[in-house]
Amino acid sequence: MNPTVTRAGDPLPGGPPYDVAVVGAGVVGTAIARELARHRLRTALVEASDDIGNGTSKANTAILHTGFDAVPGSLEARLVREGQRRLTAYAAGTGIPVERVGALLVAWDEEQLAALPALLAKAERNGYHAARLLDAQETAAREPHLGPGALGALEIPDEAVVCPWTPPLAFATQAVRAGVHLHLDCPVRHLAYDDGVHTLTTGRGPLRARLLINAAGLHADEIDRKLGHDTFTVTPRRGQLIVFDKLARDLVRHILLPVPTAAGKGVLVAPTVFGNVLLGPTAEELDDKTATGSTAEGLALLREKGRRILPRLLDEEVTAVYAGLRAATGHEDYRIRAVPEQRYIAVGGIRSTGLTASMAIAAHVTSLLPRAGLDPGEPAELPPLTMPSLGERDDRPYLRADLIARDPAYGTVVCHCERVTAGEIRDALHSTLPPATAGGLARRTRAGNGRCQGFHCGAAIRARVEEARP
Amino acid sequence: MTRRERTVDVLVVGAGPAGLGAAAGLAASGVRRVEVLERDRDPGGIPRHCHHDGFGTRRTTGGLTGPAYARRCAAAAEAAGATLRTGITATGWAGPRTLDTTGPDGLERITARAVVLATGARERPRSARLVPGTRPAGVYTTGELQQAVHLHHQHIGTRAVIVGDEPVSLAAAETLRTAGVRVVARITGLPPEPCAALRPRDRAPLLTRTTVTALTGRPRLTGVAVRHEDGRTTTLPCDTVVFTGDWIPDHELARRGGVVLDPGTRGPAHDAAYRTGANGVFAVGSLLHGGESAETATAEGRAVTAPVLRHLTTGAWPAGRPALAVTEPLQWVAPNLVGPDGEPLPGRLTLRTGRRLTAPLLVVRQDGAVLHRGRLPRTLRPGSSFRLPAGWLVRADRQGGTVQITVG
Repeated sequence: MNPTVTRAGDPLPGGPPYDVAVVGAGVVGTAIARELARHRLRTALVEASDDIGNGTSKANTAILHTGFDAVPGSLEARLVREGQRRLTAYAAGTGIPVERVGALLVAWDEEQLAALPALLAKAERNGYHAARLLDAQETAAREPHLGPGALGALEIPDEAVVCPWTPPLAFATQAVRAGVHLHLDCPVRHLAYDDGVHTLTTGRGPLRARLLINAAGLHADEIDRKLGHDTFTVTPRRGQLIVFDKLARDLVRHILLPVPTAAGKGVLVAPTVFGNVLLGPTAEELDDKTATGSTAEGLALLREKGRRILPRLLDEEVTAVYAGLRAATGHEDYRIRAVPEQRYIAVGGIRSTGLTASMAIAAHVTSLLPRAGLDPGEPAELPPLTMPSLGERDDRPYLRADLIARDPAYGTVVCHCERVTAGEIRDALHSTLPPATAGGLARRTRAGNGRCQGFHCGAAIRARVEEARP
Repeated sequence: MTRRERTVDVLVVGAGPAGLGAAAGLAASGVRRVEVLERDRDPGGIPRHCHHDGFGTRRTTGGLTGPAYARRCAAAAEAAGATLRTGITATGWAGPRTLDTTGPDGLERITARAVVLATGARERPRSARLVPGTRPAGVYTTGELQQAVHLHHQHIGTRAVIVGDEPVSLAAAETLRTAGVRVVARITGLPPEPCAALRPRDRAPLLTRTTVTALTGRPRLTGVAVRHEDGRTTTLPCDTVVFTGDWIPDHELARRGGVVLDPGTRGPAHDAAYRTGANGVFAVGSLLHGGESAETATAEGRAVTAPVLRHLTTGAWPAGRPALAVTEPLQWVAPNLVGPDGEPLPGRLTLRTGRRLTAPLLVVRQDGAVLHRGRLPRTLRPGSSFRLPAGWLVRADRQGGTVQITVG
């Protein structure tokens, strides 16, 4: 079967209404689409932008959480715990890079130190039993480059870092290969529900579906209101992050988490699966859902916090700065509910844990289908999928004599900082979900994401993207 | 893992002017197996995409364009007998003078009797300068811009702002005009030059004492927000911005090999004979100090010939050399280790200042003793280097502490 992926300029398919339309192709929407693809359903995945995973999903802290600090008994606590297990297994099977580096919640004053036992108890209540307290000496031994003054830490050995971009890409690839229609560049402007059918008026014309799943992330409240509800409001909470050069990677061994306070979760330092070091995020309540810019104040704050946590980090070069918007709702849990009389499921308030929980959210949403008036039938297995190796710890193509012998393009390095080869770029540009932009190519291959930010390879990479454009 | 293992006499990493100069000099001096690795498809380094002329001294070449200069450097190295291998990336070290490589023909492990690092420099991109705002399309460094225009003939935009007032910013302006882009302004945080009329000028206005506070627009750049030192702010509407200069050595391979960096240049610490802290590993060109001219890089490549030959013969390598360091407002000095062989070729040190200095008194001390005190009868500007005669270096104690250069 030829995958159906439509873009700006393409007509939307006519014919009978879809069984399900999923609005939003972030990590949650793509996970739901993948889950639906296991059933005999006609499913459309509708995305406003030109790529999957192109909103909040592309700009997070890339951590695979244990859920040790979730609100015990909440839906989020359950889905994060279950999602961590599911995504860990899925990542191992598909080649999504994960590094189980563990986390240390570092206490920098007596108040924070005093808070650690309660956090340990909370972890236990969340069913996480491997956490333990470290004294100052052991903390320093575990993290030799930590700034002075760390009084102790809570160790969470199962916290991991993950590639943030490959999961939604893998989910969407499996979904469209199994028959889900993906409609990109397709913003939903109006919604009408009449006689058991939703009509989505999109930027590319009408699209009809018998059941609607709202996974629109930052815009989930707007979709909800279009159906006459007023149950939650998304208040974007901006997180700015600084990515440091790979030469900083040896400075840190764990994810270094702050002890949460009333002021929020605070700033962390974490390795990335690409071999960089991340510093962030800020937490700024905004009302502009497009405000993904960084600010001088935000960057200054991060540098001040980073200097305390890992002083030598600040001597290293900065590779990138980015900002993402978490879909906060002012409510300390996910907002997932089925509305049977409208054949509608809202998946709102998926905040910073969306990546970890995505596969569990998808399973949970699928379990709500009968309540929303749709019997999905028995699920089938999807054909297995192997994603390109993006992790610094992986055997990447430039190091593989066998691959290069078969195809010299894998020995031709185009992006020098990230060591991305012509073969990998070609593969991505001819994949099931080819990128439309250099940014999309970067999320699929790492090309252009390195320390030179395009000084050496930017023009060459753009040339390849433009050449592949139909 | 299948790696072809090979040995050479001298392995040069990087086929820019410095690496090619070193290869030409060494091969011409009779070193049998001189091999140059270049990760790019073509040799020549940065001059490959600098289409303006003025490369090479006019006296010897009549002034060449960058690409012509690049071709001339490569031809000279090959004519001398060096092996030039392009499309080959040195990915890491497998020993003190052993490098692993990747190329279309597979993986290799090359062991040399001496390694010359000539990996060059890059301009700091917008992110490394911590310029806030959106992440729109239309943001360049000069290097990326020149490749986009001259090598790939890509569409750039209509109105551009240039950040920086180093010589390279004029090259960026020229490239933009070639591409049909109007240069709206150049921006520098520095104060205006008293004798600006004497300096090479650009048609676009130069906004001095001005910094970029944010980029705006999405998905395409719509403006550059700036602030003058006196607090005035404005946004310059444009669809293109070029961040120029602010060079950082491409020192990754050096650091991965345990080569110690100089804190000022961020390139390998080295002595007058281009010896780094790692036995048998030399470094030349912009890797040592970003932003010098191609001719300087070529000259350093040539100048490393004698020290490498001496090392191949004697195997000697000095240990525990005192550092040569600067204090503010000076930014860096090269060379920056005091080696056993006296003054650098050609008898001068290269330095940079962070602010304008008029006829400064420079004082050099070591362990409390004054080695040199003298006024430099010139005006020194940020963004371009100056030379300091270094006859006094012979008086430095090779076993002593750091030799410190200060503005008196």
